[in-house]
Amino acid sequence: MQVRGGGIYVFLYSILTPLVDCYPKGLNPQQSGRCFFSVAALQGSPRSVPPVRYIGRVLRRNRIRPKMGMEKEPQKPQQVSYTVEQLVAVNPYNPDILPDLENYVNEQVASQTYSLDANLCLLRLYQFEPERLSTQIVARILVKALMAMPAPDFSLCLFLIPERVQMEQPFKTLIVLSHYLETGGFRQFWDEAAKSRHIVEAVPGFEQAIQAYAVHVLSLTYQKVPRSVLAEAINIEGLALDKFLEQQVVNYGWVIEMGQGGGQIIALPKTEFNHPELKKNSGDAVPLDHITRIFPILS
Amino acid sequence: MAANYEYDEAAGHYDDQAAALRQQEVGYDPNFVPDSVKSFVVHLYRHIREKNVYEIHQMYETSFQTLSERLFKDTPWPSVDAVAHYVDNDHVFCLLYREMWFRHLYARLSPTLKQRIDSWDNYCSLFQVVLHGVVNMQLPNQWLWDMVDEFVYQFQSFCQYRAKMKNKTEQEIALLRQFDQAWNVYGVLNFLQALVEKSAIIQILEQEKQGLEQFTATDGYDYSGGSNVLKVLGYFSMIGLLRVHCLLGDYHAGLKCLQPIDISQQGVYTSVIGSHIATIYHYGFASLMLRRYVDGIREFNKILLYIYKTKQYHQKSPQYEQILKKNEQMYALLAICLSFCPQMKLVDEAVNAQLREKYGEKMGKLQRYDDEAYGDKLSRRQRYADEAFGIYDELFSYACPKFITPSAPSFDEPLVNYNQDAYRLQLKLFLSEVRQQELLVGARTFLKVYSTISLGKLANYLDVDESTLRMTLMTYKHKTHAVDSDGKIISNADVDFYIDDDMIRVVNSKPVKRFGDFFLRQIVKLEGVINDMDRIKVESAN
Repeated sequence: MQVRGGGIYVFLYSILTPLVDCYPKGLNPQQSGRCFFSVAALQGSPRSVPPVRYIGRVLRRNRIRPKMGMEKEPQKPQQVSYTVEQLVAVNPYNPDILPDLENYVNEQVASQTYSLDANLCLLRLYQFEPERLSTQIVARILVKALMAMPAPDFSLCLFLIPERVQMEQPFKTLIVLSHYLETGGFRQFWDEAAKSRHIVEAVPGFEQAIQAYAVHVLSLTYQKVPRSVLAEAINIEGLALDKFLEQQVVNYGWVIEMGQGGGQIIALPKTEFNHPELKKNSGDAVPLDHITRIFPILS
Repeated sequence: MAANYEYDEAAGHYDDQAAALRQQEVGYDPNFVPDSVKSFVVHLYRHIREKNVYEIHQMYETSFQTLSERLFKDTPWPSVDAVAHYVDNDHVFCLLYREMWFRHLYARLSPTLKQRIDSWDNYCSLFQVVLHGVVNMQLPNQWLWDMVDEFVYQFQSFCQYRAKMKNKTEQEIALLRQFDQAWNVYGVLNFLQALVEKSAIIQILEQEKQGLEQFTATDGYDYSGGSNVLKVLGYFSMIGLLRVHCLLGDYHAGLKCLQPIDISQQGVYTSVIGSHIATIYHYGFASLMLRRYVDGIREFNKILLYIYKTKQYHQKSPQYEQILKKNEQMYALLAICLSFCPQMKLVDEAVNAQLREKYGEKMGKLQRYDDEAYGDKLSRRQRYADEAFGIYDELFSYACPKFITPSAPSFDEPLVNYNQDAYRLQLKLFLSEVRQQELLVGARTFLKVYSTISLGKLANYLDVDESTLRMTLMTYKHKTHAVDSDGKIISNADVDFYIDDDMIRVVNSKPVKRFGDFFLRQIVKLEGVINDMDRIKVESAN
């Protein structure tokens, strides 16, 4: 038998005491100082819990959130993004935040920012309530995900979108575009994107993001890449390409040489991926916590 | 779909009427309480009150199973009303008893719709009690894990049941309409989230790293007189959330929910074999779908080695069959990961031997590429590719979780079965990734053989033109350089190369001999020997 005094809770254990005193009728006045809940006490509180049945409806009607008793008030417009990130982190399984998340997608498009967590949260809510799905918003999310390549965000989004939705436009086109990007088919990609301007140009920054991805893949693969291959990958030709190359030479250390066939060869910056000798050989590195085993011996 | 993909529960089928009839047939009297059951509940109640965790565990694990086997093979246990007066009508004990009652029902029989809804009500009451933070019991971790596990399982089972609309009777549909909150996906997720939040388990784990809290060290039990129920349920709910998210196809969110648990070390999740396996299985599957193959291989390797060494100790346990099933599934997933990312050095010898035994032939076919110069190369290659495609389909279908559609059907539209929709979607997306990876099989085969080769020559061998070859090589680089959880690019290629204008130079990565660990081991050993010798000298000097 133990009595722990002090603090908010005082638990009195006794052989005769039931585990928790929570009969509808039962507040035993003799067992004072013991922490229990009774339906009576609960019904007095603002977050009153109705009878146990249909807790789901209770959760929705009373908006019982994980932090019991904490209301999320709608914030002023300029604070929306901060609040949305908070919502997604703390209270993501709540159908009420759906409009906030939709607004946040539009904000990401307008301000050229990106939040995978918020977008996945929205797609999840669409999955729970398919009748609220907005094709336009989903298309925007997918375009944003394409721009995040090489991260696999596009696939992550597709996992949450029902098959029959994926078979409609513009999703069919977006999936084709993604396939081309995943398999290095840049020429086909730019051709297809040109045919679907209305989809991709709705999101500012799309072209630059894809060009950055193309340069990334080229940098992984080539030490020296022919000008024609580069041009095809980033969809820039002629004078515009010369200007682009100038910028890259100045900012990123690209070097333009003359190739054997007379065309230009661009030497890309050295990284561990296209220059294996630069790869840090971590195979033989011994982690510090292993060395601590022999500290007693060394001392 | 692969023929061996079983979507229905083994115990029975979803026909509500047949289930109800069967329960009546066997002559079940809910009010009859055999003596052994009476003594069981009385003793269990006493042990819970006295907080004898060991005794509770024995009764829960062994006595309950034995009684079920002997007396309740195909009937439910006596109803809770019949046993309540033996345990002072204690509210919480009745909730616990009912939870076990429903679990037994799901395992041995087929629940009717009404029973499913009642089970949901019971879980609501039970979790409500726990969330108000006033239970002062200590329960064994096995029981607490089983509660969370069963909760998620019954949710999954309900979604499967609800999605089979074709043969539903008017009565069932009316019930479904009326009790639309039962097993609602929002309810399930919010309960799990509430348990995680209310128990403050994330803060506890954080503080434990700084040495301010004791949680893992005591296996979650509270030795200062408090209750372990809320904390441990909160902990296991994180794994429950991972599982639910995987069932819904949201792998990113699932891994995020698991983040507070450090799976590179022992923890409370390893204290129960069921939770250990569930954690790693879902972590590995999510990693596979997120294309983080190295993470998946590493974790599968660890758990498969662990099961290999310890499965004999679990032969008597009721979860043995489930352990074996998950073991087989994880070997299949490991086979898939290794086919996408051939890094054999990450796999232990024992695990590798088992893998070869189970899937050696299939894995060989997945990497087969025909470089013979005779006959109709192209159609042979196509045949191998199709064969490999079929094997990927089979392995995935066998090993994947039973995906669910969380939304309720529209009861007004014509009734169709849509329980396979979620699975079909995940399979389709997985296979499209397979299609993209298939392009690399040829390149990989040749790159292993050459150290330098011109683009033109390789294009010739692969029977493609040069621009297609450039595409293939870029695909290879893209697929083998994954983005890990921190956003960095890491290479998981076994064979690497770079292109210098039009020459491909293959990088020879020699297997690195690990000398550091070897020397450390020998130093410690030598020190031990010297100490022993010193002791002998001292003793003999005296």
